[in-house]
Amino acid sequence: MLTVFLQFLFSGLTVGAVYALVGIGFNITYNATSIINLAQGEFVVIGGLMMWFFSESLKLPFFVSVVLTIITAGIVGLLMERLTIKPLKNPDLLLMIMITIAVSIVLRGILMFYFGKDPYVYPSFTEGEPLSIYGAIIQQQTLWVIGITGFCIILLFFFFKKTIIGKAMLACAVNPTAAKLVGINVSRMVMLSFVLSAIVGAIGGMAITPISLMEYDKGPMLAVKGFCAAIMGGLGSNRGAVLGGFIIGILESMTAGYIHSGLKDAVALIILLLILFYKPAGLFVSKAMLQLRKF
Amino acid sequence: MLSIKEIWKSFGGLTALRNISFDVKQGDIKALIGPNGAGKTTLLNIVSGIYQPDTGEVNFLGERIVHLSPAKIAQKGVSRTFQHVELFGNLTVVENVMVGRYAKTKTGFFSSGFRLPSIMKEEREVQRKSEEILEYVNLVHRKDEIASNLPIGEQRILEIARALATEPQLVLLDEPAAGLNIKETRELGEIIRKIRGELKITIVLVEHDMELVMKISDSITVLNFGEIIAEGTPLEVQKNPEVIVAYLGEEEELQTGYNADT
Amino acid sequence: MKKEDLSAFLVFIFFIILFPILSGGAYTLTVGIFSGINALVAIGLCILMGYAGQVSLGQAGFYGIGAYVSSVLSLHLGFPVVVSVILAMVAAAVAAMILAVPALRLKGHYLAVATLGFGEIINVILNEWGPGGPSGFGDIPHFGLAGYTIDSTTGYFYLTWGLVASVMFFSINLINSRTGRALRAVHDSEAACNAMGLNVAALKIRVFILSAAYAALAGSLYAHYVTFISPGSFSLFYSILVLTMVIVGGITNLWGAIIGAVVITVLPELLRRFEELDVLVYGLILTSSLMFFRKGLVPILIEKINKLKGFAFVKH
Repeated sequence: MLTVFLQFLFSGLTVGAVYALVGIGFNITYNATSIINLAQGEFVVIGGLMMWFFSESLKLPFFVSVVLTIITAGIVGLLMERLTIKPLKNPDLLLMIMITIAVSIVLRGILMFYFGKDPYVYPSFTEGEPLSIYGAIIQQQTLWVIGITGFCIILLFFFFKKTIIGKAMLACAVNPTAAKLVGINVSRMVMLSFVLSAIVGAIGGMAITPISLMEYDKGPMLAVKGFCAAIMGGLGSNRGAVLGGFIIGILESMTAGYIHSGLKDAVALIILLLILFYKPAGLFVSKAMLQLRKF
Repeated sequence: MLSIKEIWKSFGGLTALRNISFDVKQGDIKALIGPNGAGKTTLLNIVSGIYQPDTGEVNFLGERIVHLSPAKIAQKGVSRTFQHVELFGNLTVVENVMVGRYAKTKTGFFSSGFRLPSIMKEEREVQRKSEEILEYVNLVHRKDEIASNLPIGEQRILEIARALATEPQLVLLDEPAAGLNIKETRELGEIIRKIRGELKITIVLVEHDMELVMKISDSITVLNFGEIIAEGTPLEVQKNPEVIVAYLGEEEELQTGYNADT
Repeated sequence: MKKEDLSAFLVFIFFIILFPILSGGAYTLTVGIFSGINALVAIGLCILMGYAGQVSLGQAGFYGIGAYVSSVLSLHLGFPVVVSVILAMVAAAVAAMILAVPALRLKGHYLAVATLGFGEIINVILNEWGPGGPSGFGDIPHFGLAGYTIDSTTGYFYLTWGLVASVMFFSINLINSRTGRALRAVHDSEAACNAMGLNVAALKIRVFILSAAYAALAGSLYAHYVTFISPGSFSLFYSILVLTMVIVGGITNLWGAIIGAVVITVLPELLRRFEELDVLVYGLILTSSLMFFRKGLVPILIEKINKLKGFAFVKH
């Protein structure tokens, strides 16, 4: 009983960690620009596939591959922002949504072209015996995923709360005019937010691929679930996204395990709709904050 | 006609309106004036149903309207214009007015897809009535122009024309003279008087343009910091020391000297 | 009906009647049929987005409901095809209403994601509980009317485009009427609509139902033509495809929806040889349309024609 439960719990935490990272990626762009970047899921895929490319295809050493993957993801984020976001003056919301969707399709198309439709995998970061907790088998990579996610979260926390650049980025969405007036280079902050969110997504992709493999078209589902995680805690709140991500991951895992695996995706989707319909500001948001948010 | 009783409204920690009570007599032009931030637009928004007050009552023709949605209140006969012109920018001038006729017409949402004679007849009637209204406010020569292309003066008149299309008994005008020059303001004043005199419509006017206010209002209520500080005829209000202090901050007579007959 | 619309409509009918006679064989006609089916969905989405200003990334869900409900009713329950199609449209309308009531309080991004989520849920449902599961099912009866079954490609072409013409007629009337004005007004200022006594929520819900019904009609047509359906055809990719059609054609113009549908349906046929590139090409088309040809083909074409007219007449 306990064994099975723990098994599902850990697999839920694992996949939940990736959702949390995607959710955080959403928050980073949203906090800096008020844009919801629906291409967020593609960064995760890029992380996994590029890591394969560098470490398996080019046979580069592990750390080199990691760094190159991160750089690649950053460049993709940069290009996306420079080529499609920046040139638009005063875009309306609809246009922004569709552009991010369009970019996600372009990215997916490129990935499909180079990688095809097959799943890709590479070895776990550390080889070794899986752990056994009350009978549940926990792969080492699982711990890596959870650990790396936790590490990212802590780093980002310090970045946004303690560094000038981080705070500047947050200021940009709240009031870009005021931000400009105090000397913040809004355009550069926007660019940085895309780069950062791309890297965060890619890190998730890199970590999860040894466990669940990576295919070119995993992006949209990841984006939807990551978005769900992000709004669960209130769009813009990273703590909320983390909590949301883990909750979704665990619920998903429990549903797949105890009820029916085909319904796995439905879990996040139903939660998403319920939140959007009844508590779009997030589950943990107070009434006072509600008045400040705009939908 | 309109009765406002003990309205309180706060936004978070800020109290926008304190214990506001006053009446508007049928057929009157009632002006709401006061410095910026006094709560005038908030009050208008409460009357038209956009905000709910914390406590208090709003009665229109004896009926409690404070809990109704804006659309329902509009259907009861209260229409309005907005501080920042809220025209249907991409529609033509005449189409804007035609939308005002929506609540007075019956063609169903889906039945509009069929070119039935009864539907075409109603459509012609709406077109005719809308052009009539535009003619009344001297805008019919612009009827096929895109609304957002009009100069601000004509946009404000169009908003009023659209409000008239709903056949209201009460019209709330939110700073209709904002951005208008002297000539346009004078024309506005004429139209407002025409509406009251010929169409027997009651008007509540929020305005900063004192010349216009003093010239056309029957009764004025003065707000400051969310409270009523004076009420009365234009002459009475002009001479009220508290009003003067609220606007000018010192004791100096307002050099207006206009009365309702000029 | 406005003059331009009337002349466009007549040209359109003319074209439809002549096309099968002038064009090549079954292949061209088949592409034509699929263009027509997609056009139906695109017209509905165009009204929803271009006129009413809402957004939907879930049209594939209604398309799928149309296909599956109509197929199951006619194949498994023996209903006549025409009845099945109508009931499928009703089913989609009900689904739209259930979704719309909570969803249309949302705006922008949130509405987009909500409709996306809806489309995905339908996809999961079809995969789990649709006959045949992910593999789908076949033997769906062809379209039939009063004993006469339409099973020739030419016949189906006329059926499809005849329906497109009817839907266009209905839609053009709708846009130029009280309803169309109200929808465009909602798009411009909901606050003003409320102040004029319009029930904005009801309007949004109805236009949503309309777009769902069009998509379901298209889905049924699709199912009864190809006689074999599987959930894979009713996915997010299709929703985005339809979105591309509307944007490429011109989001504010109904004719644009048809043109966009034709262009985007024909394109993969031209790209047959470069199958690995099709996703990328769609993406690039959508991106460049959004960034450079935001108005869409038809409005831009109209502008150019008007400029030419002006050029022809302004002579000193």
